[in-house]
Amino acid sequence: MKWDRYILPLALILVWEGLSLIRVIPSHLLPSPINILLGLRDLMVIGMPPGYLLPYHALHSLYRVALGFAFAALLGIPLGLLMGGSPRLRRIVNPVIEVIRPIPPLAWIPIAILWFGIGMKSAAFIIFLGAFFPILLNTVSGVVSINPIYFEAARTLNAKPKHIFFKVLLPGATPSIFVGMRIGVGIGWMTLVAAEFTGVKSGYGLGYMIMTARDIQRPDEILAGMLIIGLIGVLINGVLRAYESRVVRWQ
Amino acid sequence: MGLELIGLSKVFGGKNGDEPLHVLEDIHGRVEEGRFLSIIGPSGCGKTTLLRIIAGLERPSSGQVLIDGREIAYESDRIGLVFQEYALFPWLTTLQNIELGLEIMGAPKKERLAAAMDYIYRFGLSGFEDRYPRELSGGMRQRVAIARTLITDPKVVLMDEPFGSLDSQTRNDLQAFLLKLWDTQRVTIIFVTHNVDEAVFLSDDILVLSSRPARIIDRFQVDCPRPRDRTSAACNMIRKRVLEALEAQKKSMLV
Ligand SMILES: Nc1ncnc2c1ncn2[C@@H]1O[C@H](COP(=O)(O)OP(=O)(O)OP(=O)(O)O)[C@@H](O)[C@H]1O
Ligand SMILES: [Mg+2]
Repeated sequence: MKWDRYILPLALILVWEGLSLIRVIPSHLLPSPINILLGLRDLMVIGMPPGYLLPYHALHSLYRVALGFAFAALLGIPLGLLMGGSPRLRRIVNPVIEVIRPIPPLAWIPIAILWFGIGMKSAAFIIFLGAFFPILLNTVSGVVSINPIYFEAARTLNAKPKHIFFKVLLPGATPSIFVGMRIGVGIGWMTLVAAEFTGVKSGYGLGYMIMTARDIQRPDEILAGMLIIGLIGVLINGVLRAYESRVVRWQ
Repeated sequence: MGLELIGLSKVFGGKNGDEPLHVLEDIHGRVEEGRFLSIIGPSGCGKTTLLRIIAGLERPSSGQVLIDGREIAYESDRIGLVFQEYALFPWLTTLQNIELGLEIMGAPKKERLAAAMDYIYRFGLSGFEDRYPRELSGGMRQRVAIARTLITDPKVVLMDEPFGSLDSQTRNDLQAFLLKLWDTQRVTIIFVTHNVDEAVFLSDDILVLSSRPARIIDRFQVDCPRPRDRTSAACNMIRKRVLEALEAQKKSMLV
């Protein structure tokens, strides 16, 4: 039993609850754990704004992330495989990437709104940007770090380009591709809420939900929303990991 | 007929001002079809480089490799190579690794499965078809590597110290196994080793290389009848002469 991992979080929550009870922690700034749970219940049954229930906020956010992430993977993985296989292409593309990559995804929000308007498309675009580079770069490094002996072994078996791609390059890069996807979806998810602060006005989305809660002074619901964002992040990572360990069983 | 090495030399580097490294010097040799040639030489002398040149993975600085009196066409002449570090694809199972050569040749699925299962059975790998290389013992990995190469029915099989990293019992077993295989499937084998006992037990012919740059310093024909007894007088006799050749060259290095 690895019960010891629960000690610290439990202790912290208890101390927090205790300090809130004796009013050392002001509840209008940081509500107590129990109040956060009550806020969570309100989000589930009443909604924020009323009628807009938490599960729908979460689904909308997930949908945006899925959309942005799917585009990032669909573009980043093939491009990364090509770049990994061709030093020439790497030389050509790298300078562009080096300049665009350090721009924080959120800095794209204004231009994204200009291009796509406020709504689903610009939020998905921001998430795409956050997820794309980790996926691309990890795919490239996955290909580059394949031991050349496997390419040679394939050559001594008279492998044609098709086989080299499907039997060496792709499987060899897969573990690294998964790392890139997990980092990418993680960044995408983190970027989401901020993107929704500004990019979405449809009424659904965890970021929008939190901002509304702030507008009407409900710190308990803000924190409950943050908690949910964290938990969903853990969940996404877990799902990807489970899928990963099935695909790269050989490791 | 068979395989011929004509004046092979190899120099690495020498561009951009770095010191050129002479690895092979004027290697001449010949293996008749279906014979077992061992190449023996001190470690680091260039044995792997020689095999890589024969396999077409590396170009010689000069000289050429002929098969049946003509230049090798690597697209159609199958030259199998069993790598020093196995080089099994870690993401493919035993079955998939062994099957791959046939898949590349375009054999129908049913056919290659049947062929691979036959190899798996003969190579004592039954029950391990669906294991990945990391789940296999060293001896098993080596058998998979040999099966993967032999299944494509190559004209020549090159083996780079295939048993070098195995314990002596497994090594002896695999040597016997290899001879049994070679009895049924008479391919030409070029077998690199730095183990004199191994070379004498296995081969028809032995080439002895000097230390780097590798030159051929001696050739032997092993006439002891097969199946061989490792301890027979005839084997001991050859072994002694090969060892003497290696020693003599070491001494000549010292003066
Ligand atoms: N691609 C290369 N570029 C430069 N030097 C190389 C290259 N390949 C091999 N060498 C050098 O050539 C020499 C011979 O290497 P090789 O691997 O052929 O020796 P070997 O006889 O197989 O050694 P071992 O017994 O350790 O397997 C070594 O000094 C090695 O560093
Ligand atoms: Mg070697």
